[in-house]
Amino acid sequence: MPVDGVERLRREGRIVIVGASLAGLRAAETLRAEGFTGELTLIGDEPYEPYDRPPLSKAVLLGKAGPHRTELPRRRELDATWRLGVAATGLDLRAKRVRLADGDEVQYDRLLIATGVRARPWPKEPEARLDGVFLLRTRDDAAGLYGRLKAGPRRVFVIGAGFAGCEVASACRERGVPVTVAERAGAPLVGALGGVIGSVAADLMREHGVDLRTRVTVTALEGDPAGRVRAVHLSDESVVEADVVVVSLGSQRNTDWLAGSGLGAGPRGIACDAGCRAFDFRGIVTDDVFVAGDVARSPHALFEYQFLSLEHWGNAVAQAETAAHNMICGATDRRPHLWMPAFWSSQFGVNIKSVGVPPMGEELMITQGSTAERRFVGVYGHKGRVVAAVSFDNTRWLEFYQRQIERGAPFPVEHPTLDRRPGDRRPVPADFPDPSLPTHAAMVTLSGYSPADTRLVFHPARH
Amino acid sequence: MTQDSLVRRITDYASRADPYPVYRELRRTPVLHEEEGGPYVISSYWDIEALLHDPRISSDAANLAAAGDDPLAGPEETGGLPPSFLRLDPPEHDRLRRIANSGFGPPHRPHRIDDMRGELREIVTALIDGFGDARRIDLVDQFAYPFPVTVICRLLGVPREDEPRFRAWVDPLVANLDPGLRQGGDEEFERTAREARMQLGMYLAGLVEERAKEPRDDLLSDLVNSRGPDGAMTMMEVLSTAVLLLIAGHETTVNLITNGMLTLLRHPEILERLRHEPELAPRLVEELLRYEPPVQLVPQRTCIADIEVRGVTIPKGSRIWLVLAAGNRDPERFADPDRFDPDREDVQHLGFGSGIHICFGAPLARLETQIALTELARRLENPRLVQDPPPYRENAVLRGPRHLEIDFDGLRP
Repeated sequence: MPVDGVERLRREGRIVIVGASLAGLRAAETLRAEGFTGELTLIGDEPYEPYDRPPLSKAVLLGKAGPHRTELPRRRELDATWRLGVAATGLDLRAKRVRLADGDEVQYDRLLIATGVRARPWPKEPEARLDGVFLLRTRDDAAGLYGRLKAGPRRVFVIGAGFAGCEVASACRERGVPVTVAERAGAPLVGALGGVIGSVAADLMREHGVDLRTRVTVTALEGDPAGRVRAVHLSDESVVEADVVVVSLGSQRNTDWLAGSGLGAGPRGIACDAGCRAFDFRGIVTDDVFVAGDVARSPHALFEYQFLSLEHWGNAVAQAETAAHNMICGATDRRPHLWMPAFWSSQFGVNIKSVGVPPMGEELMITQGSTAERRFVGVYGHKGRVVAAVSFDNTRWLEFYQRQIERGAPFPVEHPTLDRRPGDRRPVPADFPDPSLPTHAAMVTLSGYSPADTRLVFHPARH
Repeated sequence: MTQDSLVRRITDYASRADPYPVYRELRRTPVLHEEEGGPYVISSYWDIEALLHDPRISSDAANLAAAGDDPLAGPEETGGLPPSFLRLDPPEHDRLRRIANSGFGPPHRPHRIDDMRGELREIVTALIDGFGDARRIDLVDQFAYPFPVTVICRLLGVPREDEPRFRAWVDPLVANLDPGLRQGGDEEFERTAREARMQLGMYLAGLVEERAKEPRDDLLSDLVNSRGPDGAMTMMEVLSTAVLLLIAGHETTVNLITNGMLTLLRHPEILERLRHEPELAPRLVEELLRYEPPVQLVPQRTCIADIEVRGVTIPKGSRIWLVLAAGNRDPERFADPDRFDPDREDVQHLGFGSGIHICFGAPLARLETQIALTELARRLENPRLVQDPPPYRENAVLRGPRHLEIDFDGLRP
């Protein structure tokens, strides 16, 4: 678009943002902050103004924050049209229109898709409808679950030991509620952090009184005649009585509404370039459709240009800001989204934080502290370089490891570090599950292919 | 060191009133190493920030290759006590700091500091009322000095009737920290300090024993009765932690408050703004921590491996100085760094350090300074500096005025 075109867009263009959560809100604020004065519309399927989700599995379940009081702080006035409680149902790329569930259509000059993810539901619908069976993604989910926890259930059963499942179990124990967790893999958190760290998390859970069952799957949820859940049947043929079941099987990307639109959207998200521009299904980048947040997957130069989907709070903010900037600037002013993946979790009194892309690491070494004490830093290596680090109650060191990742520092880590234990001089296999098997809780998905043509991906040689 | 050695100029008393031109020169050589055995001096913001988070950097003097002749080595202040967590590395540092923190902040004592707000205001009010009919005060002796000692007494749990005795021991100890006052091998001075240290130690030990038997709602009780997974501190650990909080928390707070008032008197429009707009205080104190940090540099770090900073290899065991005050004025990090601007949006300063040794008392220091400056601005009528620059202490690390005389026309109620 010629410069005067950009100027006109900034002055009087129409921008539509589908998805009114963290990424959508931050993008809208950035658009205004960067001088966009045209029409701005935000569309969200939930009836609420943007709210924060991390507290929903932590403070809210402990009663320390109200489920309906986690509104995101506003950085500035938006002067926007809000279409809340109405989902987008379709996209016409040629006519530049978004269709809404109420039959309305909204015209755009630039579109940002930030529809995020939803909780993967329990696959057997009649069982999923039993009273006492919960998902945990929205504030309504959290309010319902909190109500049950407060009433003091006999036992909570959590299906899936990803981060959300573990945090729910932690909240239950803190409330003194008995809890059973079932996990298909050999330990909690394996999708995100691998089996070695997973076994540390397993010990931590058991020490806090969680009845953790691994290498089992749930085969059925059993209800009583009144339609309330009363027991959970497992693949090892055991039966656990429980009056609350939390289904925590990871997430599904909200891309169904784009079926047939011609965008490169699917179960793994919407592919976009590093400038947040969406690819169409032919692998050609679009000029007027942008993507940000959990639903996006984009190539990351630091990680072999793999297409990463990151369900991380910080990524949603950073990507939204980059997308918003690129939506209203000339071609040469575009910025790449080069965020260093990072996430945190707090469970059983421990602060877990990671930087980089742990699932890329084949090997792991503990460079500081000790897993037995549950206070340590672990470093993941891939092809002779550091690609990720995880800390348990050792957050303050991670900046150093982030720089190591950025600079492609060599792996194994040979240099001495403070509090390096004698037994931890050599790397061990990080023990990630086979990526071709379903993992419900990986925070990062590595697809490894550009939707256009893998041969076009440029891998510079390392010297 | 040559005559115009930058390291010499940092420690030279002539730089005390305004060290910032020296720091500016320093930043031209971000990793400065002037002579064999001398320190590696780091002065740019990003390098300091990186090294404060670098697990190859140690705070334990045992890791120095040679004790060497460090112009900034302080006096042996521990007086037979084990090293405090300030001079330890993980895992010992972490254990002691965790226990100390369980009596000081979240998650165990989330309200301890905030609950002191009313008490802090009372102490400040009493000190200002104490100016009486005077129209000239020395802010250091009459306000900034007595304030933090009283606060630390209340925090630790020193009974009020003992506060005067407590202060009588602390004063010579704190004075002994200032090399200017120690110069010439003043034996009398040393003896007084040693005597005071012993008396203070015995007094605290008695208090700790009482609190072990009968815990109260104070920090000493928490330290000695901590029931967390780390257990409680031993008597010696409690004593060295209490002395650390006392010494490290005292001089720094005195300087922060004094530098703050000096800065405000040099920027009367901001002083006036604070008087009408007390909600400015938190941001103002953050900018102050950037602009005039009470700890100018961290002189006691070393590296446990050869490390590379900006292409310079710092050999294992070298002494490393991190010049926080130079990093705080680094134009690569802060636009217009020499301007005092409480409206600065991005003020991620190094005033409290960073990483695992980040200032333990920061929440308390912030609150003390916010309240002190707000009340001084509100109550002093037409305050003026008597002497600019004021006389400074000798100490180049804990830098601040020795006296700060202020003329004013009266006290507002």
